[in-house]
Amino acid sequence: MPVAAVVVTFALTAGIVLAAGANPIDAYRQFLITPLQSEFSLLEVLVSMTPLMFTGLAVAFAFRAGYWNIGAEGQLLCGAIAAAWLGQHAGGAPKVLVIPAMLVLGALAGAVWALPPALLRTRFGIDEVVTTLLLNPVALLVVSGLLNGPWRDPVTKFPESPRIAGGAEFPQLVDRSRLHLGFVIALVLAAVLWFVTTKTASGVRLRAVGLSPRGARFARIPVERTLLTAALVSGAVAGLGGVSELAGIQFRLTEGISPGYGYTGVVAATLGGLSMIGVTAAAFFLGLVNVGAGTASRVLDVPTQLGEIITAALLLVAVGLILFRRYRIVRVTA
Amino acid sequence: MSFILDIVAATFRVSTPIVYATVGDTYVQRGGMLNLGIEGMMFAGAFFGFLTAFGTGSLWLGLGAAVGVGVAAALLLGFLIVTLGTSQHVAGIGVTLLLIAVSEFTNRLVLGRPATLPKVETFDVLSPIDFRVVQQYGLTYAAFLALVPAAWWVLNRSTFGLRVRAVGENPEAADVAGINVFWTRYAALAIGGALAALGGAFLTLAVLGSFTLDIVAGRGWVALAMVIFGRWRVGRAVVGALIFAGVYSLQLRLQIVPGWDAVPYELLIALPYVAVIVALALAGRSVAYPGAYLRPYRRA
Amino acid sequence: MRGIVKRFGDTVANDGVDFTVRPGTIHALLGENGAGKTTLMRVLYGLAARDGGEIFVGGGRAEIRSPKDAIRHGIGMVTQHFSLVEPMTVAENVMLGAEGGFRLDLAAARELVAQASERVGIEIHPQVRVDSLSVGERQRVEIVKALSREARVLVLDEPTAVLVPQQVELLFEALRRLREQGLAIVFISHKLREVTAISDEVTVLRRGQVAGTAAIGDVDERELARMMIGRLAAGVRRESASAGGEPVLSVEGLEAEDSRGLPAVRGVSFEVRAGEILGIAGVSGNGQTELAEVLSGLREPTGGTVSVDGEPGRIPEDRRASVVGELSVAYNLVLEDLDSYRRGPMLDERAIRRRADELIERFDIRARATDSVQGLSGGNMQKVLLARVLAHEPKALVVAQPTQGLDVGATEYVRSQLLAQRDAGAGILLISEDLEELLALSDRLVVMYEGELVGSFEAAAADVEEIGALMAGLR
Repeated sequence: MPVAAVVVTFALTAGIVLAAGANPIDAYRQFLITPLQSEFSLLEVLVSMTPLMFTGLAVAFAFRAGYWNIGAEGQLLCGAIAAAWLGQHAGGAPKVLVIPAMLVLGALAGAVWALPPALLRTRFGIDEVVTTLLLNPVALLVVSGLLNGPWRDPVTKFPESPRIAGGAEFPQLVDRSRLHLGFVIALVLAAVLWFVTTKTASGVRLRAVGLSPRGARFARIPVERTLLTAALVSGAVAGLGGVSELAGIQFRLTEGISPGYGYTGVVAATLGGLSMIGVTAAAFFLGLVNVGAGTASRVLDVPTQLGEIITAALLLVAVGLILFRRYRIVRVTA
Repeated sequence: MSFILDIVAATFRVSTPIVYATVGDTYVQRGGMLNLGIEGMMFAGAFFGFLTAFGTGSLWLGLGAAVGVGVAAALLLGFLIVTLGTSQHVAGIGVTLLLIAVSEFTNRLVLGRPATLPKVETFDVLSPIDFRVVQQYGLTYAAFLALVPAAWWVLNRSTFGLRVRAVGENPEAADVAGINVFWTRYAALAIGGALAALGGAFLTLAVLGSFTLDIVAGRGWVALAMVIFGRWRVGRAVVGALIFAGVYSLQLRLQIVPGWDAVPYELLIALPYVAVIVALALAGRSVAYPGAYLRPYRRA
Repeated sequence: MRGIVKRFGDTVANDGVDFTVRPGTIHALLGENGAGKTTLMRVLYGLAARDGGEIFVGGGRAEIRSPKDAIRHGIGMVTQHFSLVEPMTVAENVMLGAEGGFRLDLAAARELVAQASERVGIEIHPQVRVDSLSVGERQRVEIVKALSREARVLVLDEPTAVLVPQQVELLFEALRRLREQGLAIVFISHKLREVTAISDEVTVLRRGQVAGTAAIGDVDERELARMMIGRLAAGVRRESASAGGEPVLSVEGLEAEDSRGLPAVRGVSFEVRAGEILGIAGVSGNGQTELAEVLSGLREPTGGTVSVDGEPGRIPEDRRASVVGELSVAYNLVLEDLDSYRRGPMLDERAIRRRADELIERFDIRARATDSVQGLSGGNMQKVLLARVLAHEPKALVVAQPTQGLDVGATEYVRSQLLAQRDAGAGILLISEDLEELLALSDRLVVMYEGELVGSFEAAAADVEEIGALMAGLR
């Protein structure tokens, strides 16, 4: 199925590429093949994949439980805010102390941002889609407020925070590349979440709640508590994504720190079929497309947004194909 | 006193795009569907409306283009959620992402990155009498005096409206009665898309005269929330939109009142969004969702 | 209808069925659950696409692909679970799908309702919301809806399933009136007595094929029964009633609301003793569902007390919603006790598998441990639930509609399991709409009407007429 989705998507978007005045074959080669051809660009793909892993895992985990967390964007920003705060106050403290503290604080921040919609859902039955969604622009406004106010860089006067202390920076993993600790943390997280969802009792219960809340309730599974936990874990993971971007790449808080990672996380989660391993693979692919978009735009003079179009189209095609198959099967047997 | 009148006048203006979108989304939700593509539809309506007006010199063509884009997007979403029955959450987000990406792509492609922002001559404000509150854009008048009553009437007193409501409450019953559930749902989506796009176009063609990336800023989500806040009734949703716009306009004015300027302006802008969440919480348990909400229809 | 064939995957629901109805007659379509009666009528009404055969209406060939086509040919249908939009008024429901102008002509609707009501012989108020009507009234709205579209053929699918005996008589009167007016009426049922009471002609379906067609005067009930069942089903023989031991489930002054916040259970008190089956009879919608939900822990009571000896085992009414369809049989079997299969942080898959195989064997579940539950037949799904529940050997059991929609074999199995549990000393509360089932299984019987318990009987001495009267609220 994933292969089919990719093929169909590229076929559909070929028209747009032509309209931009480029040859689709060339463009797609730039997108998919070229980034894999040099060590540097391959590492860049991994860098690009890192935030998508965090948000993808966060979203997939929540969706698996039947909790529609569309607020990963805001939760990520909160994690970044927490990391920026700690990073600015870290002084000369060593990485061994600062980095774990940042991770804990960032995860907490993300979970706290995820809490109100989760409570509204579990206590009052209020749909979490709208509430998580609405908190995204609010989080961005908090970031803006901080950057235009107390955190405005006194030196540059731009709406960006001062650079975080050296002790707060994630170590580089490979020389002369931007690949950083966040990538490893994301992989570890993927492994842990995979283990939890497939091998533990809690994981089975979580899946049961997502597949059939009534059936789960009948089996005496505490549905509300499961949803709340899933929501908070999801928020925490997204928050860690914010820490990763801040401490690994950006090193300062800016308004553009997340170009929609929370929403692209939904794409990664869906393409990955809500499985943690699938999400990792999907994040890789989306990272590839992202880097490819950059190369394509430089080489072929096509706007970089083509990458976003492909990403979004991929989501729609994948979702459509999954159900197209199921629809045909249903029609034959029903 | 003029402070209050100022705010009232601004409220009507600020609420206009949300009113368009929320009236349209009422039809969609009453039809049993969730349109998370609404933000993208407003965005695309804003952009393509602007682009067309800029290219052709005609604001009306721009409005038409916006409506066209909105309907096209709605039909795409309809194919995914009505015909195929995919997850409405995911398909909606996908449509929003796609519309925003296509808009930004086209923006970059056609308009490039010019030094000064391209502009169009916006619609004029209609000014029947010299009183701030009634000096509004034609589209605002159209929204409150024509759209809202007409939309209410069609939903509650016309055959089409009855079908939309039936399809959202109990599509099996509608099917048994001979109603074509699919067509009705597609139609409701088309209305939602057209109106959302129109609301977006209002922002570029009436208020701003140009297009920027943060022009919609989550108003699509607000419009969606307002439908729920209004318990799926046209009138109440519009009231919700007015409340949001009121708080928004209030906070804009508060920023220049001495004493208030210490409060960071972002906090004040966030206020209306938070107010929406609080309103949703107060509106209470989701008791009266349309019976078939989020359920794709299949003949058993 | 000639040579109608309809398949669902591997199952042939209708296998070359011929079916003819004449105007001014009531023609019964008789057969057991699953014989293909509803499917045949759904094909007629355009709700299901046929795989073979032809339909003729009024002499001419009819191409029916959707309910709209069927309605155009003058076919009206009253479905088993009603096709009404609850928050809407009667008039609006009647207007659904009606051809007409853009404007909703509610005055015309009121006229139609009035006319149709007269034809049927009862009074219906067009402005009333459907969700405030009783079941019998809703059924009449359905009939009025069909008549308002100039139906010449009226199909009723198991119309008496939700009615008490007295309401059934009212319905029959209405049907007779319509018959005098020249309507052709198709009456789907699995109840022999009613078929012989009301119809002029009868067609019996068995396993998708026509087992026989006759005028009512030409056959007797035994022949019809033989045509329906084919073989004689071994009845479940009741042991003599046991007196029962200590109470295992006591309910005192229990009150509960339904999903709309209206009182559904109004001060119910009873106790179930070990080694006995207490049956609760009643037409659906009188609070039994809510009572079962409270006792199963799915609903909070608003008053009163419940005391149970241990965790009650629960057999729920809606089995599809009570399993996690997309999980395997094995997981569904152990879903309540996952924690006891842990080895450290991990789940011991092999132990789960062993337990599942054990239970599959013991409870005759015709499926593999790795099959996903949603693909199972109703009977096997019920066995999975039974296995999960009975594996804990509960002292008290709350059972609701246990054999609804099950075939003969599964029904026998479930009933024998319940009796076995009773003999082993469990106390069982049996809620069922099937009076025959209650009479066969219960030691004691109570009737529930509008949220209260009215009348209590020793099953052996139960007077069916008395019970029916209580079920209809006549005392």
